[in-house]
Amino acid sequence: MSENRLRLMQGNEAVAEGALAAGCRFFAGYPITPSSEIAEHLANRLPEVGGRFIQMEDEIASMAAVVGSSLTGVKSMTATSGPGFSLKQENLGFACLTETPVVIVNVQRMGPSTGMPTSPSQGDVMQSRWGTHGDHPIVVLSPASVDEAYRAAARSFYISEKLRVPVVLLLDEVIGHMREGVQVLTPDEFSRAERKKPTVSPEDYQPYSDDGSGIPPLANFGEGYRYHVTGLFHDETGFPNLDPEVADELMRRLMDKLDRYRDVYQWTEHTGTEDARVLVFAHGSPSRAARSAVRQAREEGMRVGQFRTVSLWPFPEDELRRLSDTVEVVVVPEMNLGQIRLEIERIMGGKASVVGIHRTDGELFKPSEIYEKIREVY
Amino acid sequence: MMKQIRLAGRGGQGQILAGIVLAEAAVAFDGLHATQSQSYGPESRGGASRAEVVISDSPVDYPKVTEADCLLCMSQEAYDTYRKEVTDDGLVLVDSTFVEPDVEDEGVIQEPITSVAENELGRAIVANMVALGILVQLTEVVSVEAARQAIVHRVPSGTEELNVRAFEKGLSMGEKTQ
Repeated sequence: MSENRLRLMQGNEAVAEGALAAGCRFFAGYPITPSSEIAEHLANRLPEVGGRFIQMEDEIASMAAVVGSSLTGVKSMTATSGPGFSLKQENLGFACLTETPVVIVNVQRMGPSTGMPTSPSQGDVMQSRWGTHGDHPIVVLSPASVDEAYRAAARSFYISEKLRVPVVLLLDEVIGHMREGVQVLTPDEFSRAERKKPTVSPEDYQPYSDDGSGIPPLANFGEGYRYHVTGLFHDETGFPNLDPEVADELMRRLMDKLDRYRDVYQWTEHTGTEDARVLVFAHGSPSRAARSAVRQAREEGMRVGQFRTVSLWPFPEDELRRLSDTVEVVVVPEMNLGQIRLEIERIMGGKASVVGIHRTDGELFKPSEIYEKIREVY
Repeated sequence: MMKQIRLAGRGGQGQILAGIVLAEAAVAFDGLHATQSQSYGPESRGGASRAEVVISDSPVDYPKVTEADCLLCMSQEAYDTYRKEVTDDGLVLVDSTFVEPDVEDEGVIQEPITSVAENELGRAIVANMVALGILVQLTEVVSVEAARQAIVHRVPSGTEELNVRAFEKGLSMGEKTQ
């Protein structure tokens, strides 16, 4: 392939390769359409780079295995879809409370339940944020091309390691299964984050002691540091402590991390938003059709722009709110019946009207559908 | 420039591999943009199967085929289903081993693709590469050299020579119809 670094990859393959490039060396999973190619690819590739692949007995065990391996210092990932993502939620919550860096890929299929395994959907937008119980910190990335899936997979590890927070890489079936060009990067072209290690001796180590950054140093199991990891609320020693003040302080620190370090994960794209009267908001594969529609409307002289986000949660709230003074209508194409639309209505606070276009037939948006809606509201 | 290509037939005939080769030729060797997607049933052989490739000199927004500039049909069902979704000056190639076009359908190129693969190359399984050769010759959607490199990169190891031979057979069949 000479000096050309463009390679044709399937979206799922690109996720696997992006993860490997970021240093992922452990994958535990249970194959499920439309995510199976991630497991398939890593089953071949991980042993080649000195990593481990385990097909577990189910999704619950897979999620537990990646939490365990991550605590030994190995960058770890699992991948699933639909019913499998539901099964992972309990141990995903365990990772949230214990602040264990892990990456969970969810290639969305139509649901609920077994649904339509090979049809695209964005039905898990809210589940990716609130799927496990309780208030909890989580970062969700939603790429819109195969190349972006590659970079988002690598970025997921950066965010997860840097903030000690689980990251969900949320694909839709279109992105997971299509093939497209990927600009292959070398490891030094990625922003790499190694997790912060303790600087004190094993005797003095307190696993949840805040050094002021809000992100406690994390020791690898197996390197002489012994500590307790529990799904109960805990104090800086790691042992359970259900004292109201301790609990409140822990919860607020967990959520505060995401507010403080927004620049670590925020990833958005503006096209023509400066003077837009009508704004199209989209993420994932619908944003591709939206890009076409917005370009056509612009060519016809309409003041239309697109705001696209890759970092879906925490939602880029302030950035969108700033547009509420100039935008009159926001058009929101979604492959669900209106999950992000409600969020946008809340953020616009009545200053702009919000119009959804929703598909739940397992089909992709055509550019013409979004273009027609732009014309209708313009 | 944007070309929408649909390769349709039955599972096991290799439409998806042919689609991947086209997209790879465009992206990795010709410096173009391309998307490749597919749809197939749960069966590994026999069900309806199709690959779609969109090739463009600028990034591709919509990754599926809306109206084909080029349609390959390797089964009667594929012809019956997709013949209408072709642009007015689009190219329709059918494998006459399996497909009998409507008598009034004059714009169709008929070639005994699978028969040629079986009788002249000794393996029906390379019919997809024969078809690819005809398409590349007639449409020039990717360069011959790019297609050849993509074939070598994508086909199972040990079968490169046979597949390239099948592709070249297709090129010469395409040349004759021009």
